[in-house]
This record gives sequence, C-alpha cells and structure tokens, in this order.
Amino acid sequence: MTDLSVTEAAAGATVVRRHPRVRRRRGLNGRSIAVLVFLTMCALFFCVPLYVVLTTSLKTMEEIRQGQIFALPETWTLEAWSFAWNEACSGITCEGLKVGFWNSVRILVPSLILSISLAMVTGYALALWEVKWAGTFLFLLFLCAFVPLQIIMFPLIAITRTMGVYGTIMGVAVVHSVMAMPVLTLIFRNFYKDIPREIMNAAIMDSGSFWKIFAHIILPMSGNILIVVLILQITNVWNDYLVGVTFGGFNTQPMTVNLANMVTVSTGTATYNVDMAAALLTAIPPLVIYFLVGKFFVAGITAGAIKG
Amino acid sequence: MPRVSFENIVKSYGGLTVLDDLNLSVEHGEFLVLLGPSGCGKTTLLNLLAGLADVTDGRIVIGERDVTDLDPKDRGLAMVFQSYALYPTKSVRGNLKFGLSAAKLPREEIARRVDWAAKLLQIEPLMDRRPSQLSGGQRQRVAIGRALVKHADVLLFDEPLSNLDAKLRTEMRLEIMRLHDELNPTVVYVTHDQIEAMTMATKIAVMNGGVIQQFGTPDEVYETPANLFVAGFIGAPAMNLKEARIAKADGGVEGVFATGARIALDDYAFARAPQEGAPIVVGMRPEHFGAPNATLDGAAGRFVLPLQHTERTGSDATGYLHWGEGLLSHRVEPGDAARLRPGQTISVAFPRGKANLFDAASGERL
Repeated sequence: MTDLSVTEAAAGATVVRRHPRVRRRRGLNGRSIAVLVFLTMCALFFCVPLYVVLTTSLKTMEEIRQGQIFALPETWTLEAWSFAWNEACSGITCEGLKVGFWNSVRILVPSLILSISLAMVTGYALALWEVKWAGTFLFLLFLCAFVPLQIIMFPLIAITRTMGVYGTIMGVAVVHSVMAMPVLTLIFRNFYKDIPREIMNAAIMDSGSFWKIFAHIILPMSGNILIVVLILQITNVWNDYLVGVTFGGFNTQPMTVNLANMVTVSTGTATYNVDMAAALLTAIPPLVIYFLVGKFFVAGITAGAIKG
Repeated sequence: MPRVSFENIVKSYGGLTVLDDLNLSVEHGEFLVLLGPSGCGKTTLLNLLAGLADVTDGRIVIGERDVTDLDPKDRGLAMVFQSYALYPTKSVRGNLKFGLSAAKLPREEIARRVDWAAKLLQIEPLMDRRPSQLSGGQRQRVAIGRALVKHADVLLFDEPLSNLDAKLRTEMRLEIMRLHDELNPTVVYVTHDQIEAMTMATKIAVMNGGVIQQFGTPDEVYETPANLFVAGFIGAPAMNLKEARIAKADGGVEGVFATGARIALDDYAFARAPQEGAPIVVGMRPEHFGAPNATLDGAAGRFVLPLQHTERTGSDATGYLHWGEGLLSHRVEPGDAARLRPGQTISVAFPRGKANLFDAASGERL
C-alpha cells in the first residue's frame, strides 16, 4: 500500500512539474539506480546463504570436504534429506526429524485453536459490547504484550506444573496460547472496532444475543484478519525454540529443538549436508503455509475491495 | 399500532446533559418527525427509544408497556439506519431473515414474510445478491424491508434518505409514505431535512439544544411557529425576521422597524395586550409578499427598497432587497424575476393577518 501511494505521489509530481522535464527525469534515474543497487544487495544478502544451504544439502560429504561451498553439486542426491528426516540422531534417539515435525504439528493445532478463538471472542466483546473496565483491561493487555517470556518463565513453569501439563505437548501449546493472547486480542479488537456501529446496532435490534451476532454477523466478516493472525501465529509457534525447549518433555519437543539437538550434539564429523537438509526441512512448513494462505489473503483483500 | 410516549426523559453523558426532562408522546399510527439541526438530541432520543442507549432518568412507554429497561429486541420495534447497516456478508434474503430466525419463528412464517416484503418493496430480483452489489436506493429498500418483516408496531427511521441523491430521495419519500398509508405503523422519523418533515409527517417535533421547541402538525409548525428558532428553521427561503418596536397610533397597533418602515398589526391575535415601545421581532414569510410594484388592497405594510439580486430555484424565484444592514426576501414569479434588475427600487406589500410576532428578549411567540 505504501509503495502504491508513493508511486501516486510521484505521478502527481510529474503532472505538476512538467516543464523542467529533462532535469527531473535524470534525477529520477539516479534515484532508481540507487534503489536497484540497494535492493540487489539486500536480495544477495539473503540469497547467497540460501544458495549455499540448498546446494550443500544436495551434495555428498566427499564433495563438501573439497571446500568449494559455492560450487554446484556434481552428483545431485537427496540422501541427506532422507537421512535427516528418518534416521538422524537427536540426543540418544535416532528417528530423525519426523518426530519433531509431528510434535510441532500437535503443538501448533491446539495452540492455534485456543489462542485464536479466545482472542477473537475477547476482542469482539471489548470492541463492540459495553464491557466494564474495558479501558483498563486494554491497557493491561497492552502492557502484557511487551513482557518478554524470559521474565515470567519461572512462574509459568510453576503454573504449568501445578496444572499438570508441564513437559507435555499440551503444556507447550497452552504456554504458546497464553503468550499470544495479548497481541492477538489487541489485533482482533482493533479490527472489530472498525465495524460500523450501525451494523452492530442493527444486529442488536434483530437478535441481541452475544453469540448469535458473533456467529452470524461478525465471524463471516473476519476472514481477512483471521488469515493475518493465522500466518502470524503459525510462524511464531513453528519457529519458537525457547518455549519448546523449556516446557517440552523428552519426546515431546518441537522440531526446532529436535533440529538444534541434531546439529549441536553429534558425534564424529559434522555432517553438513544432513544439517543443511534438516534446517531446510524445519523452515519449509511455515513457508508452505505462507504461500498457500497468503494467496487466499490477497484474494480476500481484492474480493473485499470489489464487493465492499 | 400503539402510542409511544417519553416521560420526563433525562439523558446525560458523564457531566453533559443532552436531554433534560423531555416529554413527548405520539398517538398510534402517526408519523412523527423529529426535526432539528445536527447535535440537537434527536438521534439520541431515537436511540433511547430503540434501547441502543440507556436513559439516565424517566420512562419510555410503548402502548401499555414500560420499555425503559427492556432489551432492544424485546421492545417491538424495527429500525432503519442512515447507513442502511446491512450485513455485508449476507445476501438480501439473509439480511431479511436474520432477525426472524433469531426470534425463532417457524420456517414457513419466515419465508412468507420475506416474500411479502420483497414483493411490497419490489426487490424480488435482488434476493440473492450481496448488499455491495446493490445501488444506494436498492440498499435502502432492503433496509426498509428488513424492518418491515418484523411486523413491528413501531418503525424507527434515522435519517434514512440523507445518503441518497435528490431524485432518489423524492422517490423513497413517496415510497415510505405509501408504506405508512398501507401498513399504518407508528413511525418515529429523525431528519434534519425540513422538506422530508413537512411532506411526510403527521406530527413534527422541532428540537434544538435537547429541548423540543414546538410539537404540532406540519401546518401548525409552519404557519404559527412557537418561537424564533422554529420560525427561522422552518421554511426555505427562511422567514424574514426583523426587529421592531410596538407603537400605538390612531387606536391601532403598529410595528416600527429600525429602518423607519411601519407595519400594521391590528389583526394579530396577541396573547397579551402589547406594551407601547416593547421590542419585538416581526416574522414575514417571503411567499406572502405581493408581486413587485403591484398594489395590494388592505396591505399591512409596504416597503420600498433597492433590489440586491434575484435567485431562481426552478418553479420559484426569490428577490432579495436591501433592508438596513440585512436583506428582505420575497417570492416573485419567475417570469417577473427575469425583468428585475439589481439596484432597481422595488415596492413590495405585505398583507394583513400574515405576520408572526415574537418577543425580542425571550424569542417566544406573542
């Protein structure tokens, strides 16, 4: 959106300053060259390491030992990938990354359901209904959103232990949900705040039921914000390490922890190709989700723009 | 079709009192228009009736029921909003149905009512569209339909036509009047448009500053405004309000303007005998003036003034004459207006029995 408005502003400037055309065009060229150079550097900054990771994961160990990290693989092989997925050792268990993958999935799903449904209803109540102390509550939420996990780690461990979920998948999911609640609630609240008051009034006169209005009127209007929150939450939970390593038990740790154990705690020579493949495997799921859902996200935005 | 009454309504937000001890009641089947400028409290009053805001003190009674503390949906009301407030994710049919299915009506009854409203408002071909696929006028019809299907005894309208263009507004005005004639519900209609008020209402409540300035039929409000605010607010072009003093001469009563002009006030029905020299405001409707330079038998006053400009509004034209610092407006035939030249001195006569007099200090009608 910002880019668009900048372009429009530039177009406006074209119309206004038509006479000194030559000078203006030269200036724009210089600027666009600078922008291009900068963007290319940024792209390289991310792409070169990615290239190395990707090619290394497709090489054999003999090739890697030759030390030419920028060379393309001579023999392309997926062996490292399959080893990382099925056999690589993480600590004393040697069942590969798939254990961690399924743990991550089992953490992700309940934490998504829990955090998003709770935050949605709370945001809806705070934005569209008269809640006593709503202002104070919002301020507290705002403060909570800035409290780092590290500060409340010990009390959280005590709480989850009392609840009997410490060291379990549910424990990790619950902690994720709780940590996400302040920000998600604020996001939903701000989104719902923009729903016209009159629509809410019409619904109140039609039904008056908190849940009926939510289910029939508000929820169908929440598509776009749901996708945004989904992307945010999936990325957060999947990429988390600290919560997983702290609250997960021995065989209930998420993929990131699994990966770290595999890479840092290994015997003998470092198997770079397996490490790289494992890292890529761990990074892929959020990317896939992002591309899949991101498409819907864009579709949702354009549909909204046309249909109002 | 019950009567609706507000009894001693007080509404304050924090320390700010918007409505103070307001009383108003409207009989069943009437079309009440709450008319006033922005911020006069008319929408607040409507929201209190709808239950979308709580009264600070007082009672609201619909029919025999005290609804002051009832939830909006239990008050037996339906409302049409200014922005239509259609549910954007529902089809037209879904919009009409939502309130009915929320009220747990049987499915056949819902279908019957929805079809009835669709037919009545001629929106049958639109039933499966989304609100965003409708034009402004169509949305307005759907919004009215959504209110009608509830078979509510009292219909509330919150400036429903202010988002439409002039032509559609006229059409929808007729449409709403037709519906009122056919279904005869009690209507409470909020607007700041005096044409809507004058054409549709059976009763108008003119509001300003949270106070009802006058409550009466459109004719009463127009012909005998209760105070200076109503006199100045109702009518376009506005009534000429000119300061004067009472003078008694030859046994008759006259008003002497600051410009020195005089107007006979003998046949004005004074509530109390006027005091010599009392400051008053004389209100003269532009359309009551005689044609320019024509003689008028038994005129109460005749004013000879230079013309500033004329203004043509289609079927009508208005001349503006210099009157001291201000202007005096008077209706002229559009044909005559074309012949009048700015700067030209014109004589206009004002007939007897048409003037409105107000106390200059209090603004109340004399």
